[in-house]
Amino acid sequence: MTATDVSPAEPNHNLRFLEEVSAATAGVSRLEMCIQCGTCGGSCPSADDMDHTPRMLFAMIRAGMRDEALRSNTPWICVSCYHCVVRCPQDVHIADVMYTLKSMAVRAKLYRDAKAPEFSQTFVDAIENYGRSFEFGLATRHYLRHFPLRLPGMAPMGLGLLTKQRMSITPHRIDGIDQLKAILARAKELELTS
Amino acid sequence: MTTQPQDRSQPEEKIGVYVCHCGSNIAGTVDVAEVREWAGQRLAGRGVAVARDYKFMCSSLGQELIEKDIKEQGLNRVVVAACSPHLHEGTFRTACGRAGLNPYLCELVSIREQVSWVHTDKHAATDKAKAVVSGGVERVRHHEPLEPLRVAIHPATLVVGGGIAGIQAALELADAGKKVYLVEREPSIGGHMAQFDKTFPTLDCAACILTPRMVSAGNHPNITLLTWSEVTEVHGYVGNFTVKIKQRARHVKTELCTGCGICQEKCPKKVIDDVYEAGLGYRKAVYTPFPQAVPKYPVIDVANCTYFRKGTCRACEKLCPTGAIDFTQKDEELTVEVGNIILATGYDLFDPQRVTQYGYGRLANVFTSLEFERLTNAAGPTNGAIVLRDGKTVPKSVGILHCVGSRDRNFNNYCSAICCMQSLKFAHLVKERTGATVYNFYIDIRTTAKAYDEFYQRVLEEGTLFVRGRVAEVTDAARLPGEEGKLIIQVEDTLAGKQRRIPVDMVVLSAGLQPRADAKATAQVFGLSCSADGWFIEKHPKLDPVATMTEGVFIAGCVSGPKDIPASVAQGSAAAARVLATIDRGEITLEPVRASIDARQCSGCRICNTLCPFGAIRFLEADRVSEVNPALCQGCGTCVAACPAGAISGTGFSNDQILSQIEGLLMLNVAYA
Amino acid sequence: MTQYLFYPGCAMESSARAYAASLESVARTLDLDLAEVKDWNCCGATEYLGINLIPAYALIGRNLALAAQQAKQQNGSGAHTLVASCSACYLNLAKADHYMAERPVLGDRVNEALAVGGLGYKPGTLQIRHLLDVLINDIGINRIREKVTRPLHGLRVAPYLGCMVPRPDYDHRWSDHEQPDELDRVLRALGAEVIDFPLKSECCGGHMPQISPNTAFELIRRLLQGADQYKADLIVTVCPMCQMNLDAYQDETNRHFHTRYRLPTVFFTQVMGLAFGDDPAALGFGSEIVDARPALARIGTAPASPGGAQPRAKIEGLPFPGRRPEERER
Repeated sequence: MTATDVSPAEPNHNLRFLEEVSAATAGVSRLEMCIQCGTCGGSCPSADDMDHTPRMLFAMIRAGMRDEALRSNTPWICVSCYHCVVRCPQDVHIADVMYTLKSMAVRAKLYRDAKAPEFSQTFVDAIENYGRSFEFGLATRHYLRHFPLRLPGMAPMGLGLLTKQRMSITPHRIDGIDQLKAILARAKELELTS
Repeated sequence: MTTQPQDRSQPEEKIGVYVCHCGSNIAGTVDVAEVREWAGQRLAGRGVAVARDYKFMCSSLGQELIEKDIKEQGLNRVVVAACSPHLHEGTFRTACGRAGLNPYLCELVSIREQVSWVHTDKHAATDKAKAVVSGGVERVRHHEPLEPLRVAIHPATLVVGGGIAGIQAALELADAGKKVYLVEREPSIGGHMAQFDKTFPTLDCAACILTPRMVSAGNHPNITLLTWSEVTEVHGYVGNFTVKIKQRARHVKTELCTGCGICQEKCPKKVIDDVYEAGLGYRKAVYTPFPQAVPKYPVIDVANCTYFRKGTCRACEKLCPTGAIDFTQKDEELTVEVGNIILATGYDLFDPQRVTQYGYGRLANVFTSLEFERLTNAAGPTNGAIVLRDGKTVPKSVGILHCVGSRDRNFNNYCSAICCMQSLKFAHLVKERTGATVYNFYIDIRTTAKAYDEFYQRVLEEGTLFVRGRVAEVTDAARLPGEEGKLIIQVEDTLAGKQRRIPVDMVVLSAGLQPRADAKATAQVFGLSCSADGWFIEKHPKLDPVATMTEGVFIAGCVSGPKDIPASVAQGSAAAARVLATIDRGEITLEPVRASIDARQCSGCRICNTLCPFGAIRFLEADRVSEVNPALCQGCGTCVAACPAGAISGTGFSNDQILSQIEGLLMLNVAYA
Repeated sequence: MTQYLFYPGCAMESSARAYAASLESVARTLDLDLAEVKDWNCCGATEYLGINLIPAYALIGRNLALAAQQAKQQNGSGAHTLVASCSACYLNLAKADHYMAERPVLGDRVNEALAVGGLGYKPGTLQIRHLLDVLINDIGINRIREKVTRPLHGLRVAPYLGCMVPRPDYDHRWSDHEQPDELDRVLRALGAEVIDFPLKSECCGGHMPQISPNTAFELIRRLLQGADQYKADLIVTVCPMCQMNLDAYQDETNRHFHTRYRLPTVFFTQVMGLAFGDDPAALGFGSEIVDARPALARIGTAPASPGGAQPRAKIEGLPFPGRRPEERER
């Protein structure tokens, strides 16, 4: 039940993408208050690796450039350090908008690099099955798939963590896992679009 | 001085009702003819003798309709149903006055803003218009003829604040032959302008254009200069203020002091000058803030003077050639009578230490704008040399940051108006004196006034590099080679679309302007209000920028919000002109819509005394009742509502008038007719 | 003695077990009563928020609901403090509570989902605080100082608070968004010499090593460089993610940049326990990949550093607010 059926070629599209993003963001995003000052882009510790600076991404959102915005790697490179949020002179909830863009990109399958969304999904699968994160399972699945060449170099670290009992080979399941599953199932049916 | 209701000369009311079309503004929604007919017939029993409708009542012809009817039909009350009283109440009252009817016997009811402009249903709107007219008719029956209050104006004026705005106001008044008391908190007049080196856009030397004014003010026979002084209490009302001024002890006998300066030269106690030198330089415990100080008499800073702290030293006393030092001097209190007050107390600089990411206070070579002014000033701590905090190294690269603490919801939401021009000025000065590479970091370039944008062009020509981006942080944590030992400005160059790290030697923060730290306390002394940001509120932001809601108190300069020197000077002159007009007339007239207390019903509970936002009610101890001072009263109605005994009524807003209007609105007047 | 509800987070029982062990010891010494929320689930870190909004908040919400329920059972009123030791967990709990209030429709949807599990949470019921906040503001620096039996003189530490504690700070509990001094103060109270570390609230990269290693290694490198610049013996942190990145990925970072940093990173509760006289092994020392024990050998090798803030390099010349005898006020 999302607005993914809106065609990017639609000329009256501009405002709708902005509204869509605002509605799907936790809290009041204040995206429309952005004065394009660039404080966010200047503060971002990982800006050098982003396709677009956060500020540019917001300009694209307001211009209705939906596909380009959702394809950008910017939200996936965001580290959620909140520098932008506390320094923004207009109180825009920048980091939270990044999360919204991630989830919209996942639903629209418009991301270019699958590493980050697949990592998140793997993490989420573990939570949905056990109620706790399961690093060992997550790490092996993820690295085998996306970073196989790093594995040999990481072996000492991995072994170190295992021998120092900082990583468990078996997952821990919470008692109320059924309760959690029911809650999450219902939650998935609920969307925030207004 | 209360308004006495006059005896009615006619036993019954003869009311004229005039319904305006206002073109199609009213007539497009309200059936004005029907309203007029209804009023003429249904309200005839309530005193309506004539009812008319006309296209534009406010036109000369419209007004003449009213005047004619007053003269020919002997009308003694008028109700006009048209636009809001804010617009034309005065027009119709004056028209009545011309025809010989007391203006306050005319009532304007709004069937435009309150009916035709807010409703679309024509039937309902017409019915409502009838009700509004009916209310007006009932009300006006209770109107009394009133005379405006006349208040005599004392010809002396108090000007508080000796900066450029205050000096301008004082000189205007003094040159017009009027007496002025100019009160200034610091030892010398001059204000912030005295701290600057050059002023934009002309690059005039600030001291060169300011000091002649200062000298004039200091020497003027009509100006009593009270420096090192503060206003402590203000009583009275427009035309008749009694002001208490505390003159702090200078510990210098001004009648003996020649201003030779030996005392400050020889004083062994050096302290950081936080006021005039903006913390960048030093002064002595006995000091004049700068060489061209007016008056030239030094003051002793008692908190830091060795004699006052430990009982020793006394070097100044020993060395003064005229024996002018007097440690025994006491603060004095002076009471003056004035007719008007002009407040020109200026601004404080936003403290950029609050913006931690810019490193001011932690990183030595980050400077505030006022610190930088002192640096460039030829009489400053470095004699005008632009150098780093070590006092000697000339910077090879300088970054100037716009909008520090302004346009920022985390600090001050507003734009401080002068910082863009100031930043451009700084860029020019750095280029001129050091040839360093200069970067200006901005969100927008606001160069709106005369010759301002041309100045921007000039700075562009000189080769200053402009980066459109609000600086994210200033740090000394080097990340890449070439950054060690420098201050790194991290910013998104929004036009190039990339984050940049720019190493510089020196950073200048164009900090915003804010109200004085004690602005609220000052406002209370003078009976003014402050906005949410803390600036003093003017009577109307567009049409009355130098007056306030308190009659007789005017404001000029940055006290009401950030502005540049030309605007401050203009406001100083404007405030002086307003004052001169009242002094010239010798009296002013005030609207007679005021509260009045029926002493017979007053129980002396004094609830109204503290509630009055204008301090207009005083308690008469002898009679144990409260009394309203009509000159201070603004007719707000707070006391009327609050009085538990119902002893307070408003002339022009009496209980009878209001209750009758309500009955008229509800059509109770015709329900049983 | 006030009892606090405690949300440990997934890392406490695995990668950050040193944190858990040392916290247990420190809590005993300081008489801090932490009651673990029964059957808590993972907060979702930064992962669930990137997939779906309502499930992400419902996941966090279950913990809030359980905690509130537990508080009510234990002391009847239901209003209570929920303490988190991991920065990401802390932020998630605080964020959920804050946004459910700021945007009621979000709160309604989350509660609709929670209701299916027989739970519900009214935003504002709990006060959500980080462990360091409780130690500084409720226990107090003086009490911490009193319990020190083995002052850490001679140990140079870099106070690394990380990004999610001082920001966004919805409840205004921290001294500054950029240069917060809470961790500095605790470490100083333990007798350690706190180096000048302006990167104290910069991001470690979070989950970036798994997503974009180049980005991650650069962020880690900056922190190591910053600590190394002022000759820190030890980096002290409050968050399992930060510790993991700086510690476990230090080798890979070194290889990536051809650097040779050798900076051990431990949890602040570990150094607290050390100063309180506990046995290092019991505090989890030795569980770090970059061994901290050589750094510990420096304790006692130098006299106490002067109290108060480390003065920055002295510069002659014009007066400067940072150099004045009277400290600047906040």
